[in-house]
Amino acid sequence: MELLLTKRFSIPDAFRIEVYRETGGYRSLQKALQMRPEEVIEEVKKANLRGRGGAGFPAGVKWSFLPKEKKMPVYLCVNADEGEPGTFKDRYIMLKDPHLLIEGIVISSYAIGASKAFIYVRGEFLDCIDTLERAVKEAHREGIIGEKVMGSSFSLDIAIHRGAGAYICGEETALIESLEGKKGRPRLKPPFPAQKGLYQCPTIVNNVETIACVPYIVERGGEWFANLGTEKNGGTKLYAVSGHVKRPGVYELPMGTALREIIYEHAGGIIDDLRLKAVIPGGSSSPVLTPDEIDVKMDFDSLARIGSMLGSGAVIVISEKACMVKTLYVLARFYAHESCGQCTPCRNGTSWMEKIIKRVEDGKGRKEDIDLLLDICDNIKGKTVCPLGDAAVMPVESFIKKFREEFEAHIAFKGCTVSYEREGVLNV
Amino acid sequence: MKISFRNDVLKEAQRIISLYPRKESSLLPLLHIAQREFGYISDEVEAYIAELLQIPPIHVREVVSFYTMFRKRPLGKYHIQVCRNISCSLLGSDGLIDYLKKQLGIDEGETTSDGLFTLSTVECLGSCGTAPVIQINDVYYENMSREKLERLLEELRRGG
Repeated sequence: MELLLTKRFSIPDAFRIEVYRETGGYRSLQKALQMRPEEVIEEVKKANLRGRGGAGFPAGVKWSFLPKEKKMPVYLCVNADEGEPGTFKDRYIMLKDPHLLIEGIVISSYAIGASKAFIYVRGEFLDCIDTLERAVKEAHREGIIGEKVMGSSFSLDIAIHRGAGAYICGEETALIESLEGKKGRPRLKPPFPAQKGLYQCPTIVNNVETIACVPYIVERGGEWFANLGTEKNGGTKLYAVSGHVKRPGVYELPMGTALREIIYEHAGGIIDDLRLKAVIPGGSSSPVLTPDEIDVKMDFDSLARIGSMLGSGAVIVISEKACMVKTLYVLARFYAHESCGQCTPCRNGTSWMEKIIKRVEDGKGRKEDIDLLLDICDNIKGKTVCPLGDAAVMPVESFIKKFREEFEAHIAFKGCTVSYEREGVLNV
Repeated sequence: MKISFRNDVLKEAQRIISLYPRKESSLLPLLHIAQREFGYISDEVEAYIAELLQIPPIHVREVVSFYTMFRKRPLGKYHIQVCRNISCSLLGSDGLIDYLKKQLGIDEGETTSDGLFTLSTVECLGSCGTAPVIQINDVYYENMSREKLERLLEELRRGG
Protein backbone atom coordinates (compact mmCIF):
# COMPACT_ATOMS: atom_id res chain seq x y z
CA MET A 1 0.00 0.00 0.00
CA GLU A 2 1.15 3.51 -0.76
CA LEU A 3 1.82 5.47 2.40
CA LEU A 4 0.41 8.99 2.61
CA LEU A 5 0.46 10.45 6.11
CA THR A 6 3.55 8.50 7.08
CA LYS A 7 5.41 8.57 3.77
CA ARG A 8 7.97 11.09 5.02
CA PHE A 9 8.46 9.44 8.42
CA SER A 10 11.51 7.57 7.14
CA ILE A 11 13.00 10.55 5.26
CA PRO A 12 15.63 12.30 7.34
CA ASP A 13 14.98 16.02 7.91
CA ALA A 14 11.50 15.84 6.35
CA PHE A 15 10.49 18.48 8.89
CA ARG A 16 12.49 21.04 6.89
CA ILE A 17 10.60 22.95 4.22
CA GLU A 18 13.19 22.24 1.49
CA VAL A 19 12.87 18.49 2.00
CA TYR A 20 9.10 18.78 2.16
CA ARG A 21 9.02 20.62 -1.16
CA GLU A 22 11.48 18.24 -2.80
CA THR A 23 9.12 15.39 -1.95
CA GLY A 24 6.06 17.00 -3.52
CA GLY A 25 5.04 19.32 -0.71
CA TYR A 26 2.94 22.47 -1.22
CA ARG A 27 1.87 21.46 -4.72
CA SER A 28 -1.63 20.67 -3.48
CA LEU A 29 -1.87 24.15 -2.02
CA GLN A 30 -0.95 25.63 -5.36
CA LYS A 31 -3.67 23.52 -6.97
CA ALA A 32 -6.26 24.40 -4.29
CA LEU A 33 -5.67 28.13 -4.79
CA GLN A 34 -6.70 27.67 -8.45
CA MET A 35 -9.98 26.09 -7.32
CA ARG A 36 -12.96 27.85 -5.80
CA PRO A 37 -13.33 27.24 -2.02
CA GLU A 38 -16.65 25.39 -2.60
CA GLU A 39 -14.89 23.05 -4.99
CA VAL A 40 -12.36 22.14 -2.30
CA ILE A 41 -15.18 21.47 0.18
CA GLU A 42 -16.92 19.33 -2.45
CA GLU A 43 -13.81 17.16 -2.90
CA VAL A 44 -13.47 16.71 0.88
CA LYS A 45 -17.14 15.65 1.01
CA LYS A 46 -16.62 13.16 -1.82
CA ALA A 47 -13.57 11.80 0.01
CA ASN A 48 -15.67 10.49 2.93
CA LEU A 49 -13.05 11.95 5.23
CA ARG A 50 -14.37 11.34 8.74
CA GLY A 51 -13.05 13.09 11.84
CA ARG A 52 -9.96 11.27 13.10
CA GLY A 53 -10.19 12.66 16.63
CA GLY A 54 -12.77 10.08 17.59
CA ALA A 55 -16.26 11.21 16.66
CA GLY A 56 -15.96 10.24 12.99
CA PHE A 57 -18.12 13.08 11.72
CA PRO A 58 -17.60 13.78 7.99
CA ALA A 59 -15.25 16.76 7.74
CA GLY A 60 -16.72 18.17 4.52
CA VAL A 61 -20.21 18.14 6.01
CA LYS A 62 -18.93 19.90 9.13
CA TRP A 63 -17.38 22.60 6.94
CA SER A 64 -20.62 23.14 5.05
CA PHE A 65 -22.43 23.99 8.31
CA LEU A 66 -20.70 27.38 8.33
CA PRO A 67 -23.07 30.29 7.71
CA LYS A 68 -23.23 31.18 4.02
CA GLU A 69 -23.13 34.89 4.73
CA LYS A 70 -19.77 35.96 6.15
CA LYS A 71 -20.60 38.63 8.71
CA MET A 72 -17.96 37.61 11.22
CA PRO A 73 -14.44 36.20 11.01
CA VAL A 74 -14.20 32.42 10.62
CA TYR A 75 -11.61 30.48 12.64
CA LEU A 76 -9.96 27.12 12.14
CA CYS A 77 -8.81 25.33 15.29
CA VAL A 78 -6.64 22.28 14.85
CA ASN A 79 -7.06 19.86 17.69
CA ALA A 80 -3.61 18.61 18.68
CA ASP A 81 -4.56 18.01 22.30
CA GLU A 82 -3.95 14.29 21.80
CA GLY A 83 -4.99 12.94 25.18
CA GLU A 84 -7.20 9.88 24.73
CA PRO A 85 -5.25 7.14 26.52
CA GLY A 86 -3.66 4.83 23.95
CA THR A 87 -3.45 7.55 21.27
CA PHE A 88 -0.07 8.75 20.01
CA LYS A 89 -0.45 9.31 16.26
CA ASP A 90 -0.78 13.12 15.93
CA ARG A 91 2.45 13.49 17.86
CA TYR A 92 4.32 11.76 15.03
CA ILE A 93 2.71 13.83 12.28
CA MET A 94 3.72 17.02 14.09
CA LEU A 95 7.26 15.82 14.77
CA LYS A 96 8.06 14.15 11.47
CA ASP A 97 5.97 15.96 8.86
CA PRO A 98 4.89 19.33 10.28
CA HIS A 99 4.60 20.92 6.85
CA LEU A 100 2.00 18.36 5.79
CA LEU A 101 -0.12 19.64 8.67
CA ILE A 102 0.58 23.25 7.72
CA GLU A 103 -0.31 22.61 4.08
CA GLY A 104 -3.54 20.97 5.24
CA ILE A 105 -4.28 23.96 7.45
CA VAL A 106 -3.72 26.49 4.67
CA ILE A 107 -5.92 24.57 2.21
CA SER A 108 -8.65 23.99 4.78
CA SER A 109 -8.61 27.64 5.87
CA TYR A 110 -8.89 28.70 2.25
CA ALA A 111 -11.87 26.35 1.80
CA ILE A 112 -13.76 27.60 4.86
CA GLY A 113 -12.72 31.25 4.51
CA ALA A 114 -10.64 31.51 7.68
CA SER A 115 -7.81 34.01 7.89
CA LYS A 116 -6.64 32.87 11.30
CA ALA A 117 -5.90 29.31 12.39
CA PHE A 118 -4.87 27.98 15.78
CA ILE A 119 -3.09 24.74 16.55
CA TYR A 120 -4.01 23.71 20.08
CA VAL A 121 -1.18 21.41 21.21
CA ARG A 122 -1.23 19.55 24.51
CA GLY A 123 1.09 21.22 27.00
CA GLU A 124 3.47 18.29 27.45
CA PHE A 125 4.33 18.08 23.74
CA LEU A 126 7.10 20.68 23.83
CA ASP A 127 9.05 18.90 21.09
CA CYS A 128 6.00 19.13 18.78
CA ILE A 129 5.55 22.81 19.64
CA ASP A 130 9.20 23.56 18.82
CA THR A 131 8.99 21.67 15.53
CA LEU A 132 5.75 23.39 14.53
CA GLU A 133 7.05 26.84 15.44
CA ARG A 134 10.09 26.31 13.30
CA ALA A 135 7.91 25.07 10.42
CA VAL A 136 5.52 28.02 10.72
CA LYS A 137 8.50 30.40 10.52
CA GLU A 138 9.80 28.63 7.41
CA ALA A 139 6.36 28.76 5.80
CA HIS A 140 6.14 32.50 6.57
CA ARG A 141 9.53 33.10 5.02
CA GLU A 142 8.48 31.36 1.81
CA GLY A 143 5.13 33.08 1.50
CA ILE A 144 3.10 29.95 2.26
CA ILE A 145 1.39 31.76 5.13
CA GLY A 146 1.00 35.43 5.93
CA GLU A 147 -0.20 38.09 3.50
CA LYS A 148 -1.07 36.87 -0.01
CA VAL A 149 -0.48 33.14 0.25
CA MET A 150 1.64 32.05 -2.75
CA GLY A 151 0.82 35.29 -4.50
CA SER A 152 -2.95 34.81 -4.30
CA SER A 153 -5.42 37.20 -2.66
CA PHE A 154 -5.83 34.82 0.28
CA SER A 155 -4.09 35.61 3.61
CA LEU A 156 -3.64 33.42 6.66
CA ASP A 157 -1.94 33.51 10.05
CA ILE A 158 -1.25 30.44 12.13
CA ALA A 159 -0.72 30.58 15.90
CA ILE A 160 0.43 27.68 18.03
CA HIS A 161 -1.32 27.49 21.37
CA ARG A 162 0.04 25.43 24.23
CA GLY A 163 -2.47 23.66 26.48
CA ALA A 164 -1.81 22.95 30.14
CA GLY A 165 -2.85 19.42 30.99
CA ALA A 166 -6.58 18.80 30.76
CA TYR A 167 -7.97 15.82 28.82
CA ILE A 168 -11.32 17.57 28.50
CA CYS A 169 -9.80 20.25 26.24
CA GLY A 170 -9.77 17.66 23.46
CA GLU A 171 -13.57 18.11 23.34
CA GLU A 172 -14.13 20.80 20.74
CA THR A 173 -16.14 23.29 22.78
CA ALA A 174 -13.84 22.87 25.81
CA LEU A 175 -10.91 23.50 23.47
CA ILE A 176 -12.57 26.73 22.36
CA GLU A 177 -13.19 27.82 25.96
CA SER A 178 -9.56 27.06 26.76
CA LEU A 179 -8.40 29.04 23.74
CA GLU A 180 -10.41 31.97 25.09
CA GLY A 181 -8.28 31.78 28.25
CA LYS A 182 -10.81 30.02 30.44
CA LYS A 183 -11.26 26.73 32.27
CA GLY A 184 -11.89 23.96 29.74
CA ARG A 185 -15.56 23.42 30.44
CA PRO A 186 -17.58 22.15 27.47
CA ARG A 187 -20.47 24.18 26.13
CA LEU A 188 -23.96 22.92 25.51
CA LYS A 189 -24.59 22.15 21.82
CA PRO A 190 -26.38 23.57 19.85
CA PRO A 191 -25.24 26.12 18.91
CA PHE A 192 -22.46 24.14 17.26
CA PRO A 193 -19.04 25.77 16.82
CA ALA A 194 -19.69 26.20 13.07
CA GLN A 195 -22.37 28.72 14.11
CA LYS A 196 -20.95 30.08 17.37
CA GLY A 197 -17.45 29.02 18.29
CA LEU A 198 -14.34 30.98 19.21
CA TYR A 199 -15.36 34.49 20.40
CA GLN A 200 -18.90 33.53 19.30
CA CYS A 201 -17.67 33.49 15.67
CA PRO A 202 -18.11 30.59 13.21
CA THR A 203 -15.37 28.05 14.00
CA ILE A 204 -14.28 24.69 12.65
CA VAL A 205 -12.40 22.31 14.94
CA ASN A 206 -10.61 19.41 13.21
CA ASN A 207 -8.10 16.84 14.41
CA VAL A 208 -4.46 16.88 13.20
CA GLU A 209 -4.79 13.62 11.24
CA THR A 210 -7.99 14.84 9.56
CA ILE A 211 -6.33 18.04 8.37
CA ALA A 212 -3.22 16.13 7.24
CA CYS A 213 -5.38 14.14 4.79
CA VAL A 214 -6.59 17.28 3.00
CA PRO A 215 -3.52 17.90 0.76
CA TYR A 216 -3.81 14.34 -0.64
CA ILE A 217 -7.53 14.78 -1.30
CA VAL A 218 -6.86 17.97 -3.24
CA GLU A 219 -3.95 16.41 -5.12
CA ARG A 220 -5.73 13.27 -6.31
CA GLY A 221 -9.41 13.93 -5.82
CA GLY A 222 -12.05 12.98 -3.28
CA GLU A 223 -13.13 9.89 -5.16
CA TRP A 224 -9.65 8.42 -5.16
CA PHE A 225 -9.36 9.01 -1.40
CA ALA A 226 -12.79 7.49 -0.72
CA ASN A 227 -11.81 4.35 -2.64
CA LEU A 228 -8.80 3.73 -0.37
CA GLY A 229 -11.10 2.74 2.48
CA THR A 230 -14.47 1.07 2.95
CA GLU A 231 -17.97 2.36 2.27
CA LYS A 232 -18.47 5.81 3.84
CA ASN A 233 -15.01 5.52 5.45
CA GLY A 234 -12.47 7.05 3.11
CA GLY A 235 -8.71 7.05 3.18
CA THR A 236 -6.00 5.46 5.20
CA LYS A 237 -5.95 5.49 8.98
CA LEU A 238 -3.18 5.77 11.52
CA TYR A 239 -3.64 2.92 13.96
CA ALA A 240 -1.64 3.47 17.15
CA VAL A 241 -1.01 0.10 18.77
CA SER A 242 0.15 -0.22 22.38
CA GLY A 243 0.03 -2.61 25.32
CA HIS A 244 1.04 -6.26 25.20
CA VAL A 245 2.28 -6.46 21.60
CA LYS A 246 5.74 -7.24 20.26
CA ARG A 247 5.97 -4.18 18.01
CA PRO A 248 3.96 -1.27 19.39
CA GLY A 249 3.78 1.76 17.11
CA VAL A 250 1.80 3.76 14.57
CA TYR A 251 0.71 1.83 11.46
CA GLU A 252 -0.82 3.52 8.45
CA LEU A 253 -3.22 1.11 6.78
CA PRO A 254 -6.37 1.34 4.67
CA MET A 255 -9.42 2.33 6.66
CA GLY A 256 -11.23 -0.90 7.46
CA THR A 257 -8.18 -3.16 7.93
CA ALA A 258 -9.08 -6.13 10.13
CA LEU A 259 -8.15 -5.77 13.80
CA ARG A 260 -6.60 -9.26 13.75
CA GLU A 261 -4.23 -8.22 10.94
CA ILE A 262 -3.22 -5.07 12.84
CA ILE A 263 -2.41 -6.98 16.01
CA TYR A 264 -0.83 -10.14 14.60
CA GLU A 265 0.80 -9.01 11.36
CA HIS A 266 1.75 -5.40 11.83
CA ALA A 267 2.27 -5.24 15.60
CA GLY A 268 3.87 -8.70 15.61
CA GLY A 269 1.41 -10.49 17.91
CA ILE A 270 1.33 -10.76 21.69
CA ILE A 271 4.52 -10.48 23.74
CA ASP A 272 5.99 -13.80 24.91
CA ASP A 273 3.33 -15.41 22.69
CA LEU A 274 0.84 -15.08 25.50
CA ARG A 275 -2.85 -15.56 24.84
CA LEU A 276 -4.91 -12.53 23.90
CA LYS A 277 -7.52 -11.64 26.48
CA ALA A 278 -9.06 -8.36 25.36
CA VAL A 279 -8.61 -5.43 22.98
CA ILE A 280 -9.72 -1.85 23.37
CA PRO A 281 -10.02 -0.89 19.70
CA GLY A 282 -10.29 2.89 19.62
CA GLY A 283 -8.81 4.60 22.66
CA SER A 284 -9.71 4.18 26.31
CA SER A 285 -13.35 5.23 25.89
CA SER A 286 -14.27 2.59 23.32
CA PRO A 287 -16.01 -0.57 24.58
CA VAL A 288 -13.64 -3.51 25.01
CA LEU A 289 -13.64 -6.48 22.61
CA THR A 290 -12.97 -10.17 23.28
CA PRO A 291 -10.64 -12.35 21.14
CA ASP A 292 -13.57 -13.79 19.16
CA GLU A 293 -14.44 -10.29 17.94
CA ILE A 294 -11.11 -9.29 16.38
CA ASP A 295 -12.03 -10.11 12.80
CA VAL A 296 -13.92 -6.82 12.77
CA LYS A 297 -12.95 -4.24 10.17
CA MET A 298 -11.44 -1.19 11.78
CA ASP A 299 -13.73 1.52 10.44
CA PHE A 300 -16.37 3.67 12.11
CA ASP A 301 -19.42 1.73 10.95
CA SER A 302 -18.10 -1.83 11.33
CA LEU A 303 -17.08 -1.20 14.95
CA ALA A 304 -20.38 0.55 15.71
CA ARG A 305 -22.21 -2.55 14.42
CA ILE A 306 -20.57 -4.73 17.08
CA GLY A 307 -21.22 -2.17 19.81
CA SER A 308 -17.82 -0.51 19.99
CA MET A 309 -16.12 2.51 18.38
CA LEU A 310 -13.21 3.29 16.09
CA GLY A 311 -12.62 6.44 18.14
CA SER A 312 -9.08 7.66 17.56
CA GLY A 313 -7.95 4.28 16.19
CA ALA A 314 -5.83 3.60 19.26
CA VAL A 315 -5.60 -0.16 19.74
CA ILE A 316 -4.76 -1.23 23.30
CA VAL A 317 -3.90 -4.92 23.48
CA ILE A 318 -4.39 -6.82 26.74
CA SER A 319 -2.96 -10.30 27.31
CA GLU A 320 -4.03 -13.09 29.65
CA LYS A 321 -1.60 -11.83 32.29
CA ALA A 322 -3.55 -8.66 32.95
CA CYS A 323 -6.30 -8.35 35.50
CA MET A 324 -9.42 -6.79 33.99
CA VAL A 325 -10.52 -5.30 37.32
CA LYS A 326 -7.16 -3.59 37.79
CA THR A 327 -7.21 -2.40 34.17
CA LEU A 328 -10.70 -0.96 34.56
CA TYR A 329 -9.65 0.70 37.80
CA VAL A 330 -6.85 2.50 35.94
CA LEU A 331 -9.39 3.82 33.42
CA ALA A 332 -11.99 4.74 36.05
CA ARG A 333 -9.37 6.66 38.02
CA PHE A 334 -8.46 8.55 34.85
CA TYR A 335 -12.03 9.65 34.08
CA ALA A 336 -12.62 10.68 37.70
CA HIS A 337 -9.45 12.77 37.52
CA GLU A 338 -10.39 14.37 34.19
CA SER A 339 -14.07 15.14 34.78
CA CYS A 340 -14.29 18.93 34.57
CA GLY A 341 -16.83 19.04 37.39
CA GLN A 342 -19.52 20.90 35.51
CA CYS A 343 -22.24 18.20 35.49
CA THR A 344 -23.16 16.42 38.72
CA PRO A 345 -23.72 12.93 37.22
CA CYS A 346 -20.20 12.91 35.76
CA ARG A 347 -18.42 14.75 38.58
CA ASN A 348 -19.82 12.51 41.32
CA GLY A 349 -20.46 9.38 39.29
CA THR A 350 -16.93 9.00 37.96
CA SER A 351 -15.49 9.31 41.50
CA TRP A 352 -17.96 6.78 42.88
CA MET A 353 -17.10 4.32 40.12
CA GLU A 354 -13.39 4.74 40.83
CA LYS A 355 -13.93 4.11 44.53
CA ILE A 356 -16.11 1.02 44.02
CA ILE A 357 -13.82 -0.58 41.44
CA LYS A 358 -10.84 0.07 43.73
CA ARG A 359 -12.48 -1.76 46.59
CA VAL A 360 -13.35 -4.70 44.34
CA GLU A 361 -9.72 -4.79 43.16
CA ASP A 362 -8.49 -4.62 46.77
CA GLY A 363 -10.63 -7.60 47.78
CA LYS A 364 -13.10 -5.52 49.76
CA GLY A 365 -15.88 -5.60 47.20
CA ARG A 366 -19.47 -6.33 48.12
CA LYS A 367 -21.80 -8.64 46.28
CA GLU A 368 -24.04 -5.77 45.19
CA ASP A 369 -21.13 -3.67 43.83
CA ILE A 370 -21.40 -4.90 40.25
CA ASP A 371 -25.04 -3.92 39.96
CA LEU A 372 -24.32 -0.69 41.79
CA LEU A 373 -21.70 0.17 39.14
CA LEU A 374 -24.16 -0.50 36.33
CA ASP A 375 -26.77 1.63 38.10
CA ILE A 376 -24.31 4.55 38.31
CA CYS A 377 -23.57 4.07 34.60
CA ASP A 378 -27.29 4.45 33.85
CA ASN A 379 -27.36 7.66 35.81
CA ILE A 380 -24.43 9.21 33.93
CA LYS A 381 -25.13 8.07 30.37
CA GLY A 382 -26.75 10.74 28.23
CA LYS A 383 -27.17 13.08 31.18
CA THR A 384 -24.13 15.31 30.74
CA VAL A 385 -23.20 18.33 28.62
CA CYS A 386 -20.32 16.60 26.85
CA PRO A 387 -19.34 13.03 25.92
CA LEU A 388 -16.89 12.56 28.83
CA GLY A 389 -19.67 11.07 30.93
CA ASP A 390 -20.47 8.50 28.24
CA ALA A 391 -16.75 7.90 27.69
CA ALA A 392 -16.35 7.01 31.38
CA VAL A 393 -19.35 4.67 31.28
CA MET A 394 -18.47 2.66 28.17
CA PRO A 395 -15.42 0.87 29.59
CA VAL A 396 -17.24 0.07 32.84
CA GLU A 397 -20.30 -1.39 31.13
CA SER A 398 -18.32 -3.36 28.57
CA PHE A 399 -15.74 -4.74 31.02
CA ILE A 400 -18.53 -5.95 33.31
CA LYS A 401 -20.57 -7.36 30.45
CA LYS A 402 -17.68 -9.28 28.93
CA PHE A 403 -15.56 -10.12 31.97
CA ARG A 404 -18.16 -10.28 34.73
CA GLU A 405 -16.74 -13.50 36.14
CA GLU A 406 -13.47 -11.75 36.98
CA PHE A 407 -15.32 -9.12 38.96
CA GLU A 408 -17.38 -11.80 40.73
CA ALA A 409 -14.24 -13.77 41.52
CA HIS A 410 -12.58 -10.71 43.05
CA ILE A 411 -15.56 -10.28 45.32
CA ALA A 412 -16.00 -13.96 46.18
CA PHE A 413 -12.31 -14.69 46.83
CA LYS A 414 -11.54 -11.25 48.28
CA GLY A 415 -8.87 -10.25 45.81
CA CYS A 416 -7.21 -10.88 42.51
CA THR A 417 -7.14 -14.42 41.18
CA VAL A 418 -5.40 -13.60 37.93
CA SER A 419 -1.70 -14.27 37.79
CA TYR A 420 -1.14 -10.57 37.59
CA GLU A 421 2.17 -9.42 38.91
CA ARG A 422 2.44 -6.03 40.45
CA GLU A 423 5.29 -5.26 38.07
CA GLY A 424 3.18 -6.06 35.05
CA VAL A 425 3.90 -8.56 32.34
CA LEU A 426 7.30 -7.28 31.41
CA ASN A 427 9.83 -7.70 34.13
CA VAL A 428 10.80 -4.05 34.42
CA MET B 1 7.42 42.43 47.24
CA LYS B 2 5.73 43.06 43.91
CA ILE B 3 6.98 40.81 41.14
CA SER B 4 7.21 41.46 37.43
CA PHE B 5 8.80 40.03 34.25
CA ARG B 6 12.26 41.15 33.19
CA ASN B 7 12.22 43.42 30.15
CA ASP B 8 13.09 40.70 27.63
CA VAL B 9 10.45 38.37 29.07
CA LEU B 10 7.90 41.16 28.99
CA LYS B 11 8.67 41.60 25.30
CA GLU B 12 8.16 37.88 24.73
CA ALA B 13 4.83 38.10 26.60
CA GLN B 14 3.71 41.05 24.50
CA ARG B 15 4.55 39.22 21.30
CA ILE B 16 2.40 36.30 22.44
CA ILE B 17 -0.49 38.57 23.42
CA SER B 18 -0.37 40.08 19.91
CA LEU B 19 -0.97 36.64 18.34
CA TYR B 20 -4.55 36.58 19.58
CA PRO B 21 -7.56 38.65 18.54
CA ARG B 22 -8.37 39.00 22.24
CA LYS B 23 -5.83 39.53 24.99
CA GLU B 24 -7.29 37.07 27.50
CA SER B 25 -6.68 34.20 25.06
CA SER B 26 -3.00 34.43 25.95
CA LEU B 27 -3.62 33.51 29.59
CA LEU B 28 -2.40 29.89 29.31
CA PRO B 29 0.77 30.72 27.36
CA LEU B 30 1.54 33.58 29.76
CA LEU B 31 1.11 31.35 32.78
CA HIS B 32 3.56 28.89 31.18
CA ILE B 33 6.09 31.71 30.85
CA ALA B 34 5.46 32.85 34.41
CA GLN B 35 5.98 29.33 35.69
CA ARG B 36 9.22 29.05 33.73
CA GLU B 37 10.44 32.36 35.17
CA PHE B 38 9.24 32.10 38.77
CA GLY B 39 9.14 28.31 39.26
CA TYR B 40 5.49 28.22 40.28
CA ILE B 41 2.35 30.33 40.23
CA SER B 42 2.21 32.12 43.57
CA ASP B 43 -0.63 34.46 44.56
CA GLU B 44 1.62 37.37 43.55
CA VAL B 45 2.18 35.87 40.11
CA GLU B 46 -1.57 35.41 39.67
CA ALA B 47 -2.15 39.06 40.54
CA TYR B 48 0.59 40.19 38.17
CA ILE B 49 -0.76 38.20 35.22
CA ALA B 50 -4.28 39.45 35.96
CA GLU B 51 -3.00 43.02 35.87
CA LEU B 52 -1.08 42.39 32.65
CA LEU B 53 -4.18 41.07 30.88
CA GLN B 54 -6.63 43.35 32.68
CA ILE B 55 -8.76 40.49 33.90
CA PRO B 56 -10.01 39.75 37.44
CA PRO B 57 -7.50 37.86 39.62
CA ILE B 58 -10.18 35.26 40.41
CA HIS B 59 -10.29 34.37 36.72
CA VAL B 60 -6.57 33.61 36.81
CA ARG B 61 -7.00 31.56 40.01
CA GLU B 62 -9.77 29.51 38.38
CA VAL B 63 -7.59 28.71 35.40
CA VAL B 64 -4.49 27.91 37.45
CA SER B 65 -6.42 25.47 39.62
CA PHE B 66 -8.16 23.83 36.64
CA TYR B 67 -5.09 22.82 34.61
CA THR B 68 -2.78 20.21 36.11
CA MET B 69 0.41 21.64 34.64
CA PHE B 70 0.20 24.83 36.70
CA ARG B 71 1.63 24.55 40.18
CA LYS B 72 0.84 26.54 43.27
CA ARG B 73 4.01 25.59 45.13
CA PRO B 74 7.71 25.13 44.37
CA LEU B 75 9.00 21.75 43.21
CA GLY B 76 12.32 19.95 43.43
CA LYS B 77 15.04 20.54 40.84
CA TYR B 78 13.90 17.43 38.99
CA HIS B 79 10.18 16.83 38.70
CA ILE B 80 9.68 13.15 37.97
CA GLN B 81 6.25 12.40 36.53
CA VAL B 82 5.35 8.76 35.98
CA CYS B 83 2.50 7.96 33.60
CA ARG B 84 0.07 5.57 35.28
CA ASN B 85 -2.53 5.24 32.55
CA ILE B 86 -3.51 2.08 30.72
CA SER B 87 -0.65 1.28 28.31
CA CYS B 88 2.02 2.24 30.85
CA SER B 89 0.19 0.38 33.60
CA LEU B 90 -0.02 -2.77 31.45
CA LEU B 91 3.74 -2.59 30.99
CA GLY B 92 4.72 -2.05 34.58
CA SER B 93 4.42 1.60 35.63
CA ASP B 94 3.26 0.53 39.11
CA GLY B 95 6.59 -1.18 39.61
CA LEU B 96 8.43 1.98 38.57
CA ILE B 97 6.39 4.10 40.97
CA ASP B 98 7.09 1.72 43.87
CA TYR B 99 10.78 1.69 42.98
CA LEU B 100 10.97 5.50 42.91
CA LYS B 101 9.13 5.83 46.22
CA LYS B 102 11.59 3.46 47.85
CA GLN B 103 14.68 4.98 46.25
CA LEU B 104 13.72 8.56 46.99
CA GLY B 105 12.07 7.86 50.33
CA ILE B 106 9.05 9.99 49.46
CA ASP B 107 5.44 9.48 48.50
CA GLU B 108 3.61 10.80 45.44
CA GLY B 109 3.37 14.58 45.51
CA GLU B 110 6.34 14.97 47.88
CA THR B 111 9.81 16.47 47.45
CA THR B 112 13.05 15.03 48.84
CA SER B 113 14.52 16.97 51.76
CA ASP B 114 17.54 18.02 49.67
CA GLY B 115 15.14 19.66 47.19
CA LEU B 116 16.41 17.54 44.33
CA PHE B 117 13.41 15.39 43.39
CA THR B 118 9.64 15.75 43.35
CA LEU B 119 7.64 12.63 42.51
CA SER B 120 4.25 12.75 40.79
CA THR B 121 2.03 10.35 38.90
CA VAL B 122 0.26 11.66 35.83
CA GLU B 123 -2.41 10.54 33.42
CA CYS B 124 -1.66 9.56 29.81
CA LEU B 125 1.34 11.43 28.34
CA GLY B 126 0.39 10.48 24.78
CA SER B 127 3.39 8.28 24.07
CA CYS B 128 1.80 4.87 24.62
CA GLY B 129 3.83 3.12 21.91
CA THR B 130 6.96 3.59 24.01
CA ALA B 131 5.41 2.70 27.36
CA PRO B 132 6.24 2.87 30.17
CA VAL B 133 6.99 6.59 29.91
CA ILE B 134 8.16 9.05 32.50
CA GLN B 135 8.69 12.77 32.15
CA ILE B 136 11.46 14.59 33.99
CA ASN B 137 10.96 18.35 33.82
CA ASP B 138 10.19 18.90 30.10
CA VAL B 139 11.75 15.73 28.69
CA TYR B 140 10.15 12.33 28.00
CA TYR B 141 12.04 9.14 28.87
CA GLU B 142 10.54 6.25 26.95
CA ASN B 143 10.56 2.43 27.14
CA MET B 144 11.58 2.74 30.77
CA SER B 145 12.78 -0.13 32.87
CA ARG B 146 14.04 -0.35 36.42
CA GLU B 147 17.65 -0.55 35.21
CA LYS B 148 17.26 2.54 33.02
CA LEU B 149 15.64 4.39 35.88
CA GLU B 150 18.44 3.43 38.22
CA ARG B 151 21.05 4.83 35.83
CA LEU B 152 19.01 7.97 35.25
CA LEU B 153 18.67 8.71 38.97
CA GLU B 154 22.38 8.18 39.37
CA GLU B 155 23.13 10.70 36.60
CA LEU B 156 20.71 13.28 37.98
CA ARG B 157 22.18 12.94 41.47
CA ARG B 158 25.63 13.57 40.03
CA GLY B 159 24.18 16.77 38.63
CA GLY B 160 23.74 15.49 35.06
